[in-house]
Amino acid sequence: MRSAIEQQVRDFIAESFMFRVDRSDIAGDESLLEAGIVDSTGILELVAFLETTFAIQLADDEIVPDNLDSIDALTAFVTRKCADAESADAPAMAVAG
Amino acid sequence: MCGIAGYFGHPDPSIPRRATVARMVGAIAHRGPDDRGVFVDDNVGLGHARLSIIDVASGAQPMANADGTVHVAFNGEIFNYVELRADLIARGHRFRTESDTEVILHAYEAWGIDCVEAFNGDFAFALWDSRLKRFVAARDRMGVRPFFYAWRDGCLYFASEVKALLEVPGIDAELDPLALDQIFTVWFPIAPRTLFKGVMELPAGHRLIATPDTVNVAPWWRLSFPDAGDSAAHDNRDEHEIADELRFLLLDATRIRLRSDVPVGAYLSGGLDSSIVAAAVHRIQPDRLRTFSVTFEQEEYDESAWQATMVDALGTDHTAVACRSADIGASFPTVVRHVEQPLLRTGPAPMLALSQLAHDQGYKVVLTGEGADEVFGGYDTFKEAAVRRFCARQPGSERRPRLFERLYPYLPGLKRQTGQYRRAFFSAGPEDTTDPLFSHMPRFRTAIGAKIFYSDDMRATLAGYDALADLGAGLPADFGRWHPLHQAQYLETVYLLPGYILSSQGDRVAMANAVEGRFPFLDHRVVTFASRLPPHLKLRGLREKRILRRAMGPLLPPTAAARPKQPYRAPIAQAFVGGGAPDYVGDALSVAAIRHSGHFDPHAVDRLLAKARSRRLAGFRDNSALVGILSTQLWQRQFTRHAGTADDIPAVA
Repeated sequence: MRSAIEQQVRDFIAESFMFRVDRSDIAGDESLLEAGIVDSTGILELVAFLETTFAIQLADDEIVPDNLDSIDALTAFVTRKCADAESADAPAMAVAG
Repeated sequence: MCGIAGYFGHPDPSIPRRATVARMVGAIAHRGPDDRGVFVDDNVGLGHARLSIIDVASGAQPMANADGTVHVAFNGEIFNYVELRADLIARGHRFRTESDTEVILHAYEAWGIDCVEAFNGDFAFALWDSRLKRFVAARDRMGVRPFFYAWRDGCLYFASEVKALLEVPGIDAELDPLALDQIFTVWFPIAPRTLFKGVMELPAGHRLIATPDTVNVAPWWRLSFPDAGDSAAHDNRDEHEIADELRFLLLDATRIRLRSDVPVGAYLSGGLDSSIVAAAVHRIQPDRLRTFSVTFEQEEYDESAWQATMVDALGTDHTAVACRSADIGASFPTVVRHVEQPLLRTGPAPMLALSQLAHDQGYKVVLTGEGADEVFGGYDTFKEAAVRRFCARQPGSERRPRLFERLYPYLPGLKRQTGQYRRAFFSAGPEDTTDPLFSHMPRFRTAIGAKIFYSDDMRATLAGYDALADLGAGLPADFGRWHPLHQAQYLETVYLLPGYILSSQGDRVAMANAVEGRFPFLDHRVVTFASRLPPHLKLRGLREKRILRRAMGPLLPPTAAARPKQPYRAPIAQAFVGGGAPDYVGDALSVAAIRHSGHFDPHAVDRLLAKARSRRLAGFRDNSALVGILSTQLWQRQFTRHAGTADDIPAVA
């Protein structure tokens, strides 16, 4: 069962980088770079999508393949960022910074 | 500088010979609007469209020798014709004109086919020797001037541009899928292949000899480098001695390229190379030099501040033409008609605007800085390859990949990326440092990425064809023993230079407006001299063109001499979508049009266009795909008869 986040990420990758319908069944752990789906210069499109769609901010040092180079990595990364953002919004955490 | 066309053999009797040659010449009249000539006899037809530059009064072509046994049609310049003429006169030859064309005739009489080795110039010529019943064609070492040919009913037809061949009854444009795949791999068809099935290009530095029974195509010159381990084969003199000789050579290469009976101007991009050429001219002749440049709206591409620095320093009389994205879109069909092949970049479009400017200002000849990056190791590809190789030697190193962060400082889109991402891209997959194409694999991978848009039919037709294997198979036997920088320089100089830089971005778009480019850095004496230099005198660390800066820097303002490389680039997606986008884009990329031509997947292309229209295309791959597919469609419409109606492409002035 795919999470909503994974589905949104998959849809975006399919629509923006894959183009051909017959390649929409990409494996969750497939490297997007090695598969030639996302190239180095396309990364920023991906970053812009994540920031606007999920209302998160990516620091420069988070733009790394470990976070972004497969559907699984993206899903896990976005899930974690969203959770961080929610707890950061909680009043109890306001003094933590 | 001109256009040539004609045939060798016996055309089908139904073909009117003189009229056909005249029509072929007419198709390339833009190359030589000043005069036309046709010579026809039993075995041969030679046609010529003339752009009068040297010996304007008596240099008409085709030209015959004194007894009328040898005829030549010639496109280009023999820059050392003054010295050759004196030499031939000393040997007893008697000249009737002051032209370099006549020098070719006498040199051929004196030395036969080997005469080309005496020529310092940019040339393509067709020569008929009626005594030996021999047809000879030859092309200059670097591939500045073009030469295409095709067979029809046992007759060989030739021309400076393919559009002239298409005037021959029975020679029709049909797209060669392998050539298209080569373009979507290395940016251009690998000579002798062209995108026109059955039409061949005589490769740079090659000659063709045909008799009524035989045809032989062979190289008469080739670029070579010493074995990396053979230090005695390198130029081991002191650096200052080498720099002194290089300065002398470049000034002399510039001096003989100023030979002209009409005024010579220069393109001044603001970069190191064109600045050096302008400064060399300034040193040689005191007259105020006329210079031309192109400027862009977007800061990312524009170099006008650097142009202003050089204009001030050298006191040139400068004019710039502003090139907006919309201008690129508007002129693109015209560009495709002139370059005769699909493009993965838009760079040729501003160059067309630039030659229009030079033409409008009354100039037929311009010097440019082309070739310095190939010959002296200026391209970023060379640095990138050096860093990748450095990293591959110690794969576990965390520090080495940080060097990637110093590459491409001028690409805003890359700035936000971490070293890790760049490393992951530049070395996607396991790095094979023994691959002869190692240096260019990241660039090829980006181009290859656009193949995801191929249709199923196209994939089936290609049947696993590997353009890179084809490229690798043509490399010389000793290639593997050269220094890696020299290997990379060879790929740039022997393939990309004639295949793209000098043709699509050079001759074709300059001659579209009857402007001849001349390139001091591509003087073969300079090229040969540089090939023997130790690699560290070219690229040292991440500093490019070291010896060139040392030799010519003193002629430039200090800031210009120290300026880091900014490659020439032009906007892509913005030219074809958004405000001011041309109307033809939607038609050419429509599902029906893409399906009709058959090479690409209509729905995938539709999604690409939708993406381009909805937001800026950021990635190289998508930009390459957009312009590559669009230009393939435009090519199809302009050159093939069965591709819809010819008049749905707007005429663009």
